Amino acid sequence: MMELVCPAGTPAALRAAVDAGAHTIYCGFADETNARNFPGLNFNRAELAEGVAYARRRGAKVLVAINTFPRAGAEDIWHRAVADAEAAGAHAAILADLGLLAYAAEHHPNLRRHLSVQAAAANPDAINFYANTFGVRRVVLPRVLTVAEITAINREIDVETEVFVFGGLCVMAEGRCSLSSYITGKSPNMNGVCSPPSHVQYVESRGELSAKLGGYTIQRNGKDAPAPYPTLCKGCFSSQDKVGHVFEDPSSLDASDLIPALAEAGVTALKIEGRQRSRAYVAQVVRSFRAAVEAVDKGLPVPPGTLASLTEGQAATTGAYRKTWR
Amino acid sequence: MSDIHTEFPTVPLLLASPLRLVPLAPLSQALTILARRMVANHPGLISRLGPYVSSSFAVDPTDLPVTLLLHPHPTSMRITLHRDPPRADARIAGPLSALLGLVHGTWDGDALFFSRDLVIDGDTSAALALRNAIDDCEIDLGAEIAGLTGPFGRLLMPFIALAERRTGMPLRRAEARP
Ligand code: SF4
Repeated sequence: MMELVCPAGTPAALRAAVDAGAHTIYCGFADETNARNFPGLNFNRAELAEGVAYARRRGAKVLVAINTFPRAGAEDIWHRAVADAEAAGAHAAILADLGLLAYAAEHHPNLRRHLSVQAAAANPDAINFYANTFGVRRVVLPRVLTVAEITAINREIDVETEVFVFGGLCVMAEGRCSLSSYITGKSPNMNGVCSPPSHVQYVESRGELSAKLGGYTIQRNGKDAPAPYPTLCKGCFSSQDKVGHVFEDPSSLDASDLIPALAEAGVTALKIEGRQRSRAYVAQVVRSFRAAVEAVDKGLPVPPGTLASLTEGQAATTGAYRKTWR
Repeated sequence: MSDIHTEFPTVPLLLASPLRLVPLAPLSQALTILARRMVANHPGLISRLGPYVSSSFAVDPTDLPVTLLLHPHPTSMRITLHRDPPRADARIAGPLSALLGLVHGTWDGDALFFSRDLVIDGDTSAALALRNAIDDCEIDLGAEIAGLTGPFGRLLMPFIALAERRTGMPLRRAEARP
């Protein structure tokens, strides 16, 4: 059966994921070492150890995302995170930075290393370099590849691949987006937050919801129209006489129908995005995808999805897996 | 879990209207006692707020003629009820059933935001911190209220379950429901 890798922003969400049938849960520390550094989220050291124990008792594994890029002079914060992930009994650390990968390989050789999507390794040469140089055992592929490209990659590498099948979409090759830094001075790559809530303001007036990022209005949504995340890539702009979503339509990834094709392409694990979401989201999405991977394992069709209400903009897309972009 | 067209049950006018007349001080007092009990039982409610522990939060059930004003504190948390919108650092507004569903892990906060059932204004970081803290604490308001009433609490639970079935409002923790 394909492995289901599920998000947990809190210990309660971790338990919800395990109880709903997640094979693996990924989470992070409550600091800038992980790419979901939002207020009220994430784990302290004791919570991580308890989470690992809870998962283990039920046959599940925990991965720790330490996938931002260390600040010069403050590498110690990231080094400690790697050491503490190993001490808590994590199955693997998800890393992006070359220096941190080298550090982990040298000082924590027994801690399995996965390559984060933030490293944006999108071709066999790059992946083989990470595998041969740092002993990376699994690569999370960026959300810019088609199924055919994933098949081609898997033919030329020996490590496992993990791909996103559900949740928020980054239109950029991950790790290379500067939109958030441009407008707020904070980036997902360095600070673990894209469009940090401290720079977001919502104003509702006569039913219209305006979202401001760093003081600029980036979206206006009419009465009852679905609202997207306040990221610049989902902003509505005027360009060449047209007004619209220049970078990306506000919609979420749902590749559940593509699970058989992804299995065929040699993918090992399916990843669900959403460490910033609630335990209700985690439980529902995990249950739905567990049923889907079980069905595919038995050669049955993927059961129809019921997750539309959870998607951003309440619309879903198969993203780059089937490229139909403007 | 909500779907796109979820119609949240609203509080019937017959129940909401008396709140325009009843004195709010005793109700505020009762809510404060409940809140302090919850903080004692779930210290994560405070610790997850981090720097936002000193923020004030207006929780506005849009189908009730009152707004709750929360002042978190490890030992002396306070909740007061207001008929006019109080000043607060962050405001979270939506139908009472949506707010209860958030507390009880029935609905996802982002999904309620996408569908415009939930409105956030003021300090977005503080609102997010509160939402995440509450979600992690797996609060069960029914059980907390029952706990306040001592040995009679157990007798109260079937009535809470009945009220939940009748009103369609999530009055207990999602995981505690059959
Ligand atoms: S602005 Fe959009 S594309 Fe860029 S990091 Fe944020 S979510 Fe991703």
